Amino acid sequence: MIELPPGLILIVGAFLLPFFHGNVRNIYMLLLPIFGIWGLLTVSNGVYFPFEIFGYNLSPVRIDRLSLLFGYIFHIAAIISLIYAFHLKDTVQQMAGLIYAGAAIGGAFAGDLITLFIYWEITAIASVFLIWSSRTEASFKAGMRYLIIQVGSGVLLLAGAIIHFHKTGSIAFDKMNLSGLGPILIFVAFGIKAAFPLLHNWLVDAYPEATVTGTVFLSAFTTKLAIYALARGFPGTEMLIWIGATMTAFPIFYAVIENNLRRVLTYSLNNQLGFMVVGIGIGTELSINGTAAHAFSHILYKAVLFMSMGAVLYRTGTIKGSELGGLYKTMPYTTGFCIVGAASASAFPLFSGFISKSLIVTAAAVEGHWFVWGVLLFASASVFYHSGIKIPYFAFFQHDSGKRPQEAPKNMLAAMGIAAFLCIAIGVYPYWLYDILPYNVDYKPYTTTHVVTQLQLLFFSALAFGWLMRTGLYPPELKSTNLDFDWSYRVFIPKILNIVANSIKIINASLESVIHKILAFVNANLSKHHGRSGILARTSSLGGSVTMIISVLAVLIIIFYFET
Amino acid sequence: MEDNSEPNKKSFWLDNKKNVDKIWYALILICALTVLADLFYHKHVEYSIEDIIPGMYGWYGFIGAVFLVLAAKILRKILMRSENYYNENQND
Repeated sequence: MIELPPGLILIVGAFLLPFFHGNVRNIYMLLLPIFGIWGLLTVSNGVYFPFEIFGYNLSPVRIDRLSLLFGYIFHIAAIISLIYAFHLKDTVQQMAGLIYAGAAIGGAFAGDLITLFIYWEITAIASVFLIWSSRTEASFKAGMRYLIIQVGSGVLLLAGAIIHFHKTGSIAFDKMNLSGLGPILIFVAFGIKAAFPLLHNWLVDAYPEATVTGTVFLSAFTTKLAIYALARGFPGTEMLIWIGATMTAFPIFYAVIENNLRRVLTYSLNNQLGFMVVGIGIGTELSINGTAAHAFSHILYKAVLFMSMGAVLYRTGTIKGSELGGLYKTMPYTTGFCIVGAASASAFPLFSGFISKSLIVTAAAVEGHWFVWGVLLFASASVFYHSGIKIPYFAFFQHDSGKRPQEAPKNMLAAMGIAAFLCIAIGVYPYWLYDILPYNVDYKPYTTTHVVTQLQLLFFSALAFGWLMRTGLYPPELKSTNLDFDWSYRVFIPKILNIVANSIKIINASLESVIHKILAFVNANLSKHHGRSGILARTSSLGGSVTMIISVLAVLIIIFYFET
Repeated sequence: MEDNSEPNKKSFWLDNKKNVDKIWYALILICALTVLADLFYHKHVEYSIEDIIPGMYGWYGFIGAVFLVLAAKILRKILMRSENYYNENQND
């Protein structure tokens, strides 16, 4: 049985936060997700709390293996993110983090599209406070852009849901076919949050602007809720294979030249989402398992990476590759955890990425998508490149920046340690994760072929990195902004609008002058005839007028006299 | 937090350039070993190309990574702007 809808305990609990202070508050916050996950351990599959409102049959909680898996990992991510934020004294951020995590959990269990919409919008509104809490102008603006896009995604979802309801008579959130306006709108709404190519800019724009602790929350929930929603609503939609493959390959070029290391991680996050989207598109049991497993391990290692970069930002005040280097000397634990996260992200054998990503790559090969398989391999090699090597190398090694920051605070180290431990645990004993996947797993990750080929792929891309570094071909870290698609709406469209506005002004001005000329001409003619000296406006004496009228009458009388 | 003034007395293993070279040669050795390993087991593969060239994955990874970086370098010429690009644009 289940007493409370999952996630609700975090949302409701967040509003009691101001009544607690200091360490009591920290413990209270931590207890919320712990109770939450405890509740999930005993539930059985089914739909809970169904009710009807305005003719819609809502099912707020639907428990099955897919929703449970996302429920577990969202709770774990909440626990880790909260520990990482223990040192914070910012009630706004703490409440926003809890509500955000709770809404993401609620969304993963939503059994109908209306409930999903409600949680979808709560995640948007709660999470923007994690960006605004940086309290800089850049973060305010980025947060605004983020909010508009996120809420817009929700509006599309609601519109699609209503159209879908009128067509099918059902508001249940189940597998849909990508035909008709309703499902297409829903698909786009999911696509925005999953950061499909060209819909992805809110991600790389906003995440690096969030607070040190906020980015850790952000990296876990929004995009993975979208992945869950896609896996639930559109498994086996072939278009997703191509969208996903583009996602794996498109952002990595940016990751190579980006200087802000948290933005590098965001591009890398986008690339990892691509693997999951490919898995959903293939739609076999193996690939859906792969997507679910990869979402699970991805949340953990991405959290480790964002936490370690957050610790660097927290201690040094900068996260630019061009200003960092040599930090391993005074931050050895952070360095170590970062390397574990990097190895997991790169899918090194014995680390979590290896046992999850390989499900998707293998599924692509088995189903005969050889081109996509090649793209995924290329993307895998390059993940090692920018996530695995670039992040730890530029932050902690390369040339010594002279910075000697203190090691990260204990709570941060603890959070990184837990997440890093889980990364290794899953990698070493994958069946712990495989057992909770949506379908039964008949797959062995540790075969000789697989281990050796993966090691070849990784070590040779390390070799490429070393070779490029030693020959000086590697592009140096430069302070810069690299234009991405958001340039279109931040610069291009405003410029076009400016040009349009200016041309309207010019056209308006010339039209005005033409009209003025016409009016002046008409005016001049009017005054000629009707003006003071005009013939039609001349005045004459009363006597004259009477004489004129009488003479006209006289003439008429004479005419009538002779006629009759 | 940051202290540039105090000379850092403690020296680290990686501070010595020779040790960095050692890591580099070790990496080359490991790469060679992974290719050699291909000759000693039966590969279970989906596509025959995986089995024809020893170390196929290695070459693929190497070429892929070099392509990635050099392509990104060219992209930089098109995409790179000053750090304050968006702020400058908003002010005019």
